[in-house]
Parts: sequence; structure tokens; C-alpha cells
Amino acid sequence: MRALKTAILSAALALGIAGAAQASEGVHIPKQTWAHAGIFGTIDKAAAQRGFQIYKEVCSACHSMRLVPIRTLAGIGFKEDELKGIASGYEVQAGPNDAGEMFMRPGLPADRFPSPFANDQAARASNNGALPPDLSLMAKARVGGEDYLYAFLTGFEEPPADVHVMPGMNYNKVFPGHQVGMPNILQPDGVTFADGTKATVEQQAHDVATFLTFVAEPHLDARKQMGVKVILFLLVLAGLMYAAKRKLWSTLH
Amino acid sequence: MAQAQATKFKNPVVNWIDSRLPIFTMLDHEYNHYPMPRNVNYLWAFGAIAGIMLMIMIATGLFLAMQYSSHTSLAFDSVERIMRDVNYGWLIRYVHANGASMFFIAVYIHMFRALYYGSYKAPREILWILGVIIFLVMMGTAFMGYVLPWGQMSFWGATVITNLFSAFPIVGDPIVTLLWGGFSVDNPTLNRFFALHFLLPFVLLGLVILHTAALHVCGSNNPLGIDPKGPQDTVPFNPYVTLKDGFAVVIFMIIFAVFVFFMPNYMGHPDNYIPANPLVTPAHIVPEWYFLPFYAMLRAIPDKLGGVLAMFGSIALLAFLPWLDRSKVRSCKFRPVYRQFFWILAIDALILGYAGAMPAEGSWLVIARIGTFYYFFHFLVLLPVLGKLERTRPLPNSISESILKGGGSIAAGAHAKPMEKA
Repeated sequence: MRALKTAILSAALALGIAGAAQASEGVHIPKQTWAHAGIFGTIDKAAAQRGFQIYKEVCSACHSMRLVPIRTLAGIGFKEDELKGIASGYEVQAGPNDAGEMFMRPGLPADRFPSPFANDQAARASNNGALPPDLSLMAKARVGGEDYLYAFLTGFEEPPADVHVMPGMNYNKVFPGHQVGMPNILQPDGVTFADGTKATVEQQAHDVATFLTFVAEPHLDARKQMGVKVILFLLVLAGLMYAAKRKLWSTLH
Repeated sequence: MAQAQATKFKNPVVNWIDSRLPIFTMLDHEYNHYPMPRNVNYLWAFGAIAGIMLMIMIATGLFLAMQYSSHTSLAFDSVERIMRDVNYGWLIRYVHANGASMFFIAVYIHMFRALYYGSYKAPREILWILGVIIFLVMMGTAFMGYVLPWGQMSFWGATVITNLFSAFPIVGDPIVTLLWGGFSVDNPTLNRFFALHFLLPFVLLGLVILHTAALHVCGSNNPLGIDPKGPQDTVPFNPYVTLKDGFAVVIFMIIFAVFVFFMPNYMGHPDNYIPANPLVTPAHIVPEWYFLPFYAMLRAIPDKLGGVLAMFGSIALLAFLPWLDRSKVRSCKFRPVYRQFFWILAIDALILGYAGAMPAEGSWLVIARIGTFYYFFHFLVLLPVLGKLERTRPLPNSISESILKGGGSIAAGAHAKPMEKA
């Protein structure tokens, strides 16, 4: 009876926990290996830098990253002068000046990444009615996180015979509904990496997903490192508390 | 009131204050000498844990409020600014967001502890009712807090939950308009939710003080459910229970830290990292996990007003528990039949929670309906009937007799917690 009760209870508990995780829409998202996974995992800075290159050369043609200041890239190993160089490659609007007019100036590391379109309407008008979502939080805003991003970027394929893809849309095996406005944008050797890494589609998808994980959670490394220290401290404290409590309560008998 | 003794405390300043405002006498009486039954187990630590969670929520919430902007055009970005640019803002926000879940975990365990050991029975009815009110205020506070980041689930959760009130005839629509501050969930709604989210924790604090005051009149219940008969049955709160609770708090903080530092978004919904958009409805609108059993009840009833009544009724019902349960015996240890039904109720609550996370269709809807029916059946039929029919086991004479001699009717029971040995 007791064993049965324990079994039922643990099954129900497991069910409850699975329920809290909220199952995604049926499509299986395979897990990838990430350098930033696990307790001691940290962002793979080389991969994130390659991911930034892909963002800059490919993604940013349509996608904004409006919440991220350029200086954030210091977190993946860019030095101050490199950041200034990256920032000055962008033109940002400033002003008004003394004549009351807005003007363009080279970007500074403190600026946020400029958006490719002036507003959502302009973005839709240039993209066949579809709105390319902002990428600042993309790795946290989808069920499956970076695994989903990888599966999505490598998930473009020819539609099955019985699926009619609407004009201007593309077939993706993991996108909810399978029809997406974004085309299959990552091409083999579509970018040339400075570090000599071969730019396969899988490599690019993995790198850009790493980069987007970093921009969505720029303090990820600091968070985990602090967590290890906090939990070690609490474990020692718990041991001391337990010993003190036992010693005290033993005097009661 | 009698004059406080002039030589009670060694410190003359303390003595001077105490003879004018006997706050130290009060603290000494309520927290040093307060007699705790010596057989309480670690489930009794969850009251203290919940109290500490409330403090953590108020402290982190205060610092978040210093950086947050309660305007629809700024709220989402201001939260992201906290996450990215404010020093340790990510830590404060993740502690606050996960703290809400941990607070509910502590309170749910605290409530089920009270159900199992009959802590709601005479003379603790008012203590219990204050607890139910605390639970209700907590739910309101948590709901409004979830709206503040102004993500997709914030917006649509707010829309669904505020719309519930429109189910009531005549007063329904004016209530909804009042909640919204207009004719849809918009900037006035966010503003007033922020104001209320700041206010309600202090209401909670006041209720917790009343809850503790009511507790200290009749004293804590214990796993045997019998009253202490004298000092041999109790230990002074300090240092015995402070140390024991302190250890439990540290263990709880370890679990809390695992969530904050290693899986901070596990209990949240990814859609809340998408800014609120009144024109795009998420595929499934789900509340935070701690509301899921109630959400399942809401959707289980095919009628809107019926669903709303079932949901609120399921909580209001708890306030009447001391009179629904007719049994004179408090602890489940001596109630073999009720104990089985207690576990069925616990499983029922978990199943309802799971059904609440699933789309309300097909077999999940059927399961939610059975679960909802059973919930009310348990409280409205089983409890009153069991109180009359159940043959309870004999109660031990006293706490000290039953735990120190090792014999008696409960020693063989697996639920009897062995006394800690040195």
C-alpha cells in the first residue's frame, strides 16, 4: 500500500513538473551541445564572435536588436578599441543640433544596435507583409531556446507533396504552422570566418544561436559563477546549522 | 497593565525603553519563551520560510520599483534595462521572479501540512481563516506582479483574468471597467496594477502579523494533534526551534538558488519575453504554475459564471473547513480513512494543475471536470461524513509520553517522525 502510494505520488509529481515545463507544439526539437550549458558552462566567446559576424552580415539586414548596446560585446571578448571600431561602422541619428535639425553621426559603443527599419510598418512593407522579430531576447522568447533557434535555422527544406506553401512563404519543419516569411538565409560559405572555421550551415546556425543566447542573457557567465559560490556557501552553512541543531536537541534526552 | 519589572534586562537602555514601551518584553515572551511542542517536524518550518520569502520579495521588489517604469511604452524596456544595465539588476529580478514561485511552494506545503495535521480545528479557526485571506491576497499580488513586465503573457493573462469579473450579472461590467481604468487592458491598468502590487505586500505583512498573533494565543499544533500538557511536552522557541527552522531555511535557500542561478526562466513562460501586443493572441494563454489548478477549475465548467464561481468557491470553501470537518481528532495519524483521502486530494490538486497547463479540449477537459468534481466532493461531502463515520485510533496521553518511551499506538506508524537522536 505504501509502495503503491509512493509510486502514484512520484508519478503525479513528475507529471506536474513536466506540465510546468509546458510542452511545445508537437514538433520535436533535438537538444544540441552548448558550451554554455550546465552548471559550469560559459559562453563560447569565439563562437559568439563568429555569431556576431553572421548577425552583422546576414541577420541585421532585416532583424533589429534594439535592446542591446554595442558595448555589450565586451562580454564576448571584444576590446575597447575594437568596440569603437564596430560602433563607428554604424550611423546613428542624433540631435537636434543648434539649428534644430537632426543629423547622422558615427556610432559609439554606448549606442544600441541601430534597427534596419524605421518602424514596424516599414519592416512589413519591405518583407512581404511579414515582420522580422527583434532578436534581443530571441533565445529566451521561444520554447526550446537556443535548441529551437538551431533547429529553425537548419530546418528549411522542400515542403512535403501534400503541403501547399503560400506565395512568398517558405517551408520550415520546426516553425509552428511550418510556413514562415523568412527565407532559408544561411548558405554554405555564405560568410567567411576570420579564424578559418569552415562556414557550414550547421556551424553558422550553432554560432548565431550562441551569439543570440549571449545577447539575450549577457550576464549568463557571471550568474553561473556567482551561483556556484552561493550554493557552496549555503551547503557549508547548512552543515554547520545541522550540526549545531543536533548538538542542541541532543541535550533534551 | 502591570508595571514592567525594572530589573528585567541587563542593558539599562533596553530596560529604560522597555518600561515605557514593553516591546522587548513582548519579543522575549513571543520568541524566546514561546513554548513549541517538542515533537514538531520539519514541515513546521514552512511558516518561517514563507515569512522570510515575504521579506525577500519586499526587499527585492523595492529595488526593482526604483528602476521600473509603469508605462506601457516603457515597462518592457525598463525591465530589460534592469536585466542588462543596472548593477546586479539581473540578480534582483531573478530573485524576485523566482521568489514568487518559491513563496507559493512554501505556502502550499504550509497549507497541506495544516490539512494533514488538522491545524485548522478548534481553537485555531481564526488563525486558519487569516491564512486563507493571506493566500487570496498573495494570489492577487502575484497576478498583478506578473502583469508588470508587460510581455505577451502579462497582457493576455491580465485580459483573461480581469474579464472573469464580467461574468457576474449587473456588477460585473462596472467592476471590469474599474479594474481596467478604461475599456480595455491598457496604460491605466498597468499603472494601477503597479500601485496595488506595491501596496498589497504590506497588507500581507499586516495579515501575517495577525496570523502570528493568533497563532501565539493557542500555540502551534504538532504531528500528534494533541495539546501540550505542560513544560515536559514543549521546548522554548529560542534556541531550539530557531535553529531547527534556520537549518530548514538554508536548505530551502539552496533550492531557491538553484532556480535563480541555473534555471531562472524555468518557471516562467517564453512568451513573456515578447513585448505585449494587443493585436496578437498567444496560441495558449496560461497563467503562472501556481494558479494552474484553479485555472483548470475555471475552464472545466462549461458556463462562464459557473466557472468563475467554481474557481473563487474553491478558495472560499477553505475558510469553512473548520466546520466542514466534523472530526474531533486533528492529526491524520489517528484518522486512517481520512489519511487516504488526504493523499487522493493532494494527487487531485496535482492532476488539476497539469490539466490547467494543457489545452481545454478532449480528454484533458474530462480529467479537469472529474478533478474539479472530486475537489468539491472531498470538502463538501467526504469531510462531514467521515467526521461522523470514521473510527479513529486512540490518542496518546501526552506528547512526552508518546515520543520518549517509544511505545504507544503511533510508534509503528511510518508517518510518526522519529525524534532526532544525538
